[in-house]
Amino acid sequence: MQAVLALEDGTLYYGRAIGATGENWGEVVFNTGMGGYEGVLTDPSYCGQIVVMTYPLIGNYGINAEDFESKRSYVRGFIVRDACAIPSNWRSQGTLETFLRQQNVIGLTEVDTRAITRRIRTEGTMRGIIATGNVDGRLLSIRAREVPDLSDQHFIPEVTVEEIQTIPGTGGPRIAILDLGAKENIARCLRERGCEVVVFPASTSAETIAGYHPDALLVSNGPGDPLRADYAVDTIKQFVGKIPLFGICFGHQLLALALGARTYKLKFGHRGANHPVQDLATGLIAITTHNHGFSVDEQSLLDAGLVVTHRNLNDKTVEGFKHPELPIVGIQFHPEASPGPRDANYLFDEYLALLQQEAK
Amino acid sequence: MPRNKDLKKVMVIGSGPIIIGQAAEFDYAGTQACRALREEGLEVVLINSNPATIMTDANMADRIYIEPLTPEFVTRVLRQERPDGLLPTLGGQTGLNLGKQIAESGVLEELGVRLLGTPLETIRKAEDRELFKEMLQEIGEPIPVSTIVSSIDGALAFAGQVGYPLVVRPAYTLGGTGGGIVNSENELINTAARGLKHSLIHQILVEQCVAGWKEIEFEVMRDGADNCITICSMENVDPMGIHTGDSIVVAPTLTLSDKEFQMLRSASLKIVRALGVEGGCNIQFALDPNSFNYYVIEVNPRVSRSSALASKATGYPIAKVASKIAIGLTLDEIPNAVTGKTLAAAEPVIDYVVMKFPRWPFDKFASANRRLGTQMKATGEVMSIGRTFESALLKSVRSLEIGVTGLALPEASVMDDAQIRARIATPDDERIFYIAEGLRRGFDIDEIYAETRIDRFFLNKIKNITDYEQRLRSAGAEGLTTDLLMGAKRLGLSDGTIAQMVDLDESEVEQQRLEMGVNPVYKMVDTCAAEFQAETPYYYSDYETEDEAFNTNVRKVVVLGSGPIRIGQGIEFDYCSVHSVWALREEGIKAITINCNPETVSTDFDTSDRLYFEPLVPEDVLNILRKEKPEGVIVQFGGQTAINLAKPIAEAGFNIVGTSVENIDLAENREKFDNLLARLNIPRPPGGTGFSVEHATAIADRIGFPVLVRPSYVLGGRAMEIVYNHKELLDYMATAVRVSPQHPVLVDKYLIGKELEVDGISDGETVLIPGIMEHIERAGVHSGDSIAVFPPRSLSEDIKRQMVEYTFQLAQGLNVRGLLNIQYVLHKGQLYVIEVNPRSSRTVPYMSKITGVPMVNLATKVSLGKTLAEMGYRGGLWQQPKYIAVKAPVFSFAKLLDVDISLGPEMKSTGEVMGVAENYPAALYKAALAAGYALPDSGTALITVADKDKQDALPLVKNLVRLGFEICATQGTAKMLEAEGVKVRVARKLDESSPNIIDLIRTNQIHLVINTLTKGKAPERDGFRIRRAAVEMGVPCLTSLDTAEVVIEVLDAKVAGEEAPIIPLQEYV
Repeated sequence: MQAVLALEDGTLYYGRAIGATGENWGEVVFNTGMGGYEGVLTDPSYCGQIVVMTYPLIGNYGINAEDFESKRSYVRGFIVRDACAIPSNWRSQGTLETFLRQQNVIGLTEVDTRAITRRIRTEGTMRGIIATGNVDGRLLSIRAREVPDLSDQHFIPEVTVEEIQTIPGTGGPRIAILDLGAKENIARCLRERGCEVVVFPASTSAETIAGYHPDALLVSNGPGDPLRADYAVDTIKQFVGKIPLFGICFGHQLLALALGARTYKLKFGHRGANHPVQDLATGLIAITTHNHGFSVDEQSLLDAGLVVTHRNLNDKTVEGFKHPELPIVGIQFHPEASPGPRDANYLFDEYLALLQQEAK
Repeated sequence: MPRNKDLKKVMVIGSGPIIIGQAAEFDYAGTQACRALREEGLEVVLINSNPATIMTDANMADRIYIEPLTPEFVTRVLRQERPDGLLPTLGGQTGLNLGKQIAESGVLEELGVRLLGTPLETIRKAEDRELFKEMLQEIGEPIPVSTIVSSIDGALAFAGQVGYPLVVRPAYTLGGTGGGIVNSENELINTAARGLKHSLIHQILVEQCVAGWKEIEFEVMRDGADNCITICSMENVDPMGIHTGDSIVVAPTLTLSDKEFQMLRSASLKIVRALGVEGGCNIQFALDPNSFNYYVIEVNPRVSRSSALASKATGYPIAKVASKIAIGLTLDEIPNAVTGKTLAAAEPVIDYVVMKFPRWPFDKFASANRRLGTQMKATGEVMSIGRTFESALLKSVRSLEIGVTGLALPEASVMDDAQIRARIATPDDERIFYIAEGLRRGFDIDEIYAETRIDRFFLNKIKNITDYEQRLRSAGAEGLTTDLLMGAKRLGLSDGTIAQMVDLDESEVEQQRLEMGVNPVYKMVDTCAAEFQAETPYYYSDYETEDEAFNTNVRKVVVLGSGPIRIGQGIEFDYCSVHSVWALREEGIKAITINCNPETVSTDFDTSDRLYFEPLVPEDVLNILRKEKPEGVIVQFGGQTAINLAKPIAEAGFNIVGTSVENIDLAENREKFDNLLARLNIPRPPGGTGFSVEHATAIADRIGFPVLVRPSYVLGGRAMEIVYNHKELLDYMATAVRVSPQHPVLVDKYLIGKELEVDGISDGETVLIPGIMEHIERAGVHSGDSIAVFPPRSLSEDIKRQMVEYTFQLAQGLNVRGLLNIQYVLHKGQLYVIEVNPRSSRTVPYMSKITGVPMVNLATKVSLGKTLAEMGYRGGLWQQPKYIAVKAPVFSFAKLLDVDISLGPEMKSTGEVMGVAENYPAALYKAALAAGYALPDSGTALITVADKDKQDALPLVKNLVRLGFEICATQGTAKMLEAEGVKVRVARKLDESSPNIIDLIRTNQIHLVINTLTKGKAPERDGFRIRRAAVEMGVPCLTSLDTAEVVIEVLDAKVAGEEAPIIPLQEYV
C-alpha cells in the first residue's frame, strides 16, 4: 500500500506503507542514531512526533521487549528508508512492521529519508501528516498547517504513570522520580546502584512526594514544550533547598524554569547518539544520546545565578547546569543512554556521590 | 591543550613498498599526516622507500628521504636531520616496528628526539601478546584462552590441554603472515614452524578458535587529555576465521542491537584508555551470534587499513586528526574539515551502507590456493556506498573489474547443485557468487548459514537480489515497466544484469532507462547524516529522489582513477591521477575524480574539487558524465581501467582529453600497430595473431622457437608465457587460454636481449623524454618485475639516439597528446619495439622523482592543448641527473601459497622501492635493502640451475666462493662445478632420503638459493618445491641469473652501500 508524508510547507514524500493504516499528524523530527530504533520507538519523549530515522536500514535485528524504554510506542509515525522484513538476531521476537501494526503506528518506508532530513534541517521542525492509501497529498499538507503546534499540546498525562510505584533497592538511598514520561533505563541505572526508586505520576503533589521522605528528587525526561508542565515546575519549586534535585532532559528544562531561567525551541533539535558534550569542570568530552527540541537559554541561566556545567561542542548550547550552593543538577542529554553510548553513565555515580556528601 | 610549542621539526616514517597486508592506505595516511603537521607550522622530514607515493612528493614534506626503511637508515636520517619528534604510527606495521626498534635502541634519547603519538609502552602492551593478555585481564576484558610460545613443543603442549581447532598467530607481522587455523597436530607443527620464523620476536600465539563468530571492528580515536570517541564500527560479512583484510566488510555494523553495539563500543573505549593510545586505534572483537559473549581479538595502536576504510566510509580524516593529537592537540581543538562547523570530537554518523570488498590476485596466480583463512591474500580492495546493503554490494562487485555485472559467475550456472554446495562450503574469493547461485536454485537460507556462518541478515539481502532477478526474468523485455526498472535500479542491479534477465542488450536497457528518466541522484558523504550543512564535495549515487550534487557552470574535467590495487596496476596510477588533478586545478579547471579505492590519496575528500566514489565501469561513469557534462575526460592516468573506459565514453559523445580513442586503439590493436611500425620502418620481433591452435602453431613454426604467447587482451602480462617447443605451446593453449576467432592468441618471437624502457611526454610537436631505463633482467621477465636502473649503465650513444628517434616517430604516428611508454629490446645490437602504451606507466613516479620533471603535470597540460615550449620545456632526451636511481620490485610470495615465485613474462610483484646514490653499486645496495632482500654476507648458497644456464652460472658461483660462501648443489650441478675447481657440498634430491634439499632449507642450513626454471611449470616439480620452501622459510631465492649477478655486486658493495650518503629528494636535481 502507498503511504505519504505531507509537510506543512507543501513537500510530499511518497513511499510504501508499513504498520498501521490510516492517518496521523505530528511534529516531524529526525533521529541520527544508526541503531537503537526500539529505544526510539518506545521513548515517551517522542510523544506527538513523527520520527524519521536518518540511518536507512532499520529493523535489522528485529524487535524485542527487553530493550523497550516504556510499555508502548508513543511516536505518531515512523519513517525509514529500508525496513528489514526478515530480521536476524538471537533475541529478536518479531519484525519492525509487526510491531508498528501492534502499536498502531503508521510507518512509511522506501522514501528518500535524507531528503526529508535536509528539508527539516534547512526549514526547521515542521508539522506533518502521515497517511496510508490513495490520498491527496496536497490536501494533507494544507491540513498539516492547521494541526496543533507541539507547544500547544499537553502530552504528560498521556505518558506518566497512573499510580505511585515503588521499586525496592538494595540499601542505597531512596530516589523519587517525577515521571513526565521517564525512560525505564533511568530507574534501572539507579537500581543497579542500589537505590530504592519511587515513581510518581506527574501531577502528584509535593506533599505526597515529601510524605515518602525521598533522599532526592529526579525529574525525568518527557515530551513536548516544558512550558506546558507548569504544575510540575510548581512541584519542583517546593523541593528547592530541601532535598537534592536532579533533572534529565525535559526534567533539566523544568529545573531551570523552576529556578528562574528560560527555555526556547531549537530549529530542529538534537536527536541522536553522537553528540559531543564537554564537561566544563574537567574539559573531558563524552559522546551522548540526545532527544530534545528545546533548550535552556544560557543568559537566563547566568541571570538566575546558575552555573553552566556542560556544553554541546556542535552548536555550543547548554547541556547541563548546577546551582552554585545547593545540590541541584540538570543534564540536558541522557546519561541513561539506551539507546546510545554509555559514556555519560558516570553522572549517576556523581549524583549519588553528591547525595552522600549531602547526607553528611 | 594547544600544540606542543617545543616541537619545530618532526620526522614521519612511511610504510615502504606495497605488499599484501600493507597497501596504498599508508600513502593516504602519510600524506594526510605530512599536511596536518605542516598546517601546524612544523617542518616535516619524511623517510619512505616507495617512490610511487604522493607522500614522497617534493611538496609534501620539507626533506624527503627515499631510503631503505631499516633501523640503520632511519637512525642515519635522524642524525642528519635532528628532528624534535618522531612519528611512527602512520607508517603501518613497518613504521610501528621501526619506531619501536629505534626507541629501544636508545638513539632517541641520545639525540633528544621525542617519540610522538602513542607511547612506546602502549605499543609494547598492544603488540606483545603476553603484556596484552595481562592488561586485558586486569581491566576485565575477555580474551580467548591462549598461550604464547617460542617453540613448537610449547604449542603442542597447549594443544594437549585445550584441543583443536586452534589459531596460530605470529607476533609482530603483517597481514597475519605465517599464521593460520589448525585442526590437527601435523598442521600445528607446520604452521607453528612457519609462524615462529616470521615473527620478529620469535613468538607465536596459539589460541582457542572462535571461527564462525561475528567479527566486529571499531576505529577509536583518543587524545592526550583522555577524550575518546569511536569513528566507525565495522562488521565483517565473513565471520571469524577469515582475515579481516580478506573479508567483505560493511560499515556501520548492521546486525547488532544497540545493547550489543554499546557493549562493544564501551569495551573499545576502556581498552584504548587502558592502553593509553594517543591517536587512532583499531580493535577487533569476536561476538557470539547467540549470546552477549565476546572476546577481544586484536588491537592495532596505529593508523591501519581499517582506519583508511573508516576515514573514507565516514568522511572523518583519521590520519589527520591522529597527527594533530600526536603534537599535543585535543579533539575539541581540531575542527571537522568536512562540515567546517563541528569539531573532531563528534562521532561521525552516516546514512548509507559502506562496503569494502577485497581484490585478490588469483586472476594472475592461477595455481595459487584460493582458500581464505587467517593469512591475508588480497592485494587491494574496493569500497562502495549505497543507501541499501544490496546496492552497496552490487556496486562493490562491479568495482572489482573481474568481468561480472552482478552476482553471477558464468561458470556457476552450469554446475550441478552438489558442486554449488561444495563451493558455498569453501571460503574463497568467489564464495559470495556461489551463495547467490544457491539462492537462485532455492537453497535454504539456514543451510547456507550452517555452511558459511554468514549472518542470515546478509543472506536474506542477497536473496532480495536474486528474487528480483527472477521477477525481471518473468517480466521479460515486454514487461519491463518504469516501476519494475526503477525497482531494479533502487536495488542496485546494473543495466548489464537487467539486460541478461530480460534478454536485451545492455545498450537497449540503457536506452530504455534514459528514455524513462530513470537516473541516479547523488548524495553527499558528510560525517553527520545531513544534520549539518557540509562543505565536502564527496558524493555517491543511488536511485533516490533528491540530488545534492548541484551542477556548476564552470570549466571542469573528469579524471578517472585506477580502481583497486592489483598486480600490474598499483599505487603508481593513483600517484598519476592525483597529479593530474593538481595540474587541472593549477589551470583553473575544476577537477572531478571518479574512483572506488578507499586506500588512496585520490579518494581523499580534499584532493579534487569533486569526488564521486563510484565503480569505474561504463554505466556508473556515464551516469556521472551525463550529469556533470564536463569539457573532457582524462583516461591516461588511471591505468588499464581508465583506458578501457575511453571507448564507451567517446561513443557516448564525451570528449577524451589527450590521445584519442582511435590512436589508443592503434597502439593496442595488433594488426593496426604492425602496419604502423611497418610504415615507420621500426622493427619489432616477428610474430602474428593465431585464431586457432593450428594457426598459432603455424606462426610459431614460421618465426621459430622460443616464442612468447599471450591472449590478445592483457593487463600486466596476464597468462603470458615463453614456450620453447611444440609441446609447451600446445600445453599452454590447452590450459591457459581458450583460443578462438573472438579470443585470438598472440605469438611473438622471444628475443633474448637487454630490455629498455622510455617514458615520454608528447605535445604533438615534440616529445620530452625524461630518461631511458635499463632493466637488469633480460627481456622475458616482466618489466614490472625487473630491477630497473637509470640512467642506463651500458648503452652506446647510437642506441640512445635511435631510441629517441623511434620514440619521436611513434609519438607522432600515434598522435600522442600526453604520456607514452615504450618498451624496447636490444637483441644482438638491433633495437626492437616490444610494446607502446599511450598512457602513464608504472615508472612515471620513479622517473619524475629522480629527474625532477613533473611528468604528469606536463602531460595533463599538453593534453589540454598547451605546448611543452610554452611551459619552458624543450623536446628530446632530458639531461642526465646527478644521481643513479635503481627501482627494485617487491613480492608478496610469503602470503600466497602454491604460487611459483620464478620470474617470467607474467608480472608477480606487488610493489617497488627506489635506491638513490652517487654510484651504481650503492644505489643497487640501497634498492636491494629497501626491497627487503635479506641477503646474507656468508653462509651456504644452494645452486640448482637448468642445464641451459649452467655455463652462465659458473662465474656467479666463483664470485660467491670469493665472497666466502659455501656452495651446495645437487649431483648434476655439483659435478659440473667440481670440474671447474669449485668445492661443493652435494645435497640429496627431493626423491632421495632425508635430509634432502628441502630439509636443509627447513633446518636453516641454506642461506641463499639460486634456482632457474626448468621446463614445465607443474607445481610438483622439484624446482617449484625448492623455491616455495625458500620463500616460506624467508631464505632469499633468485630465479634469474641476471638478478644473481647484481646481487653479487650488491654483496661486494655492502660496505660502500652502508656508508653511502643519504640524499634528500630535494637535492636530486
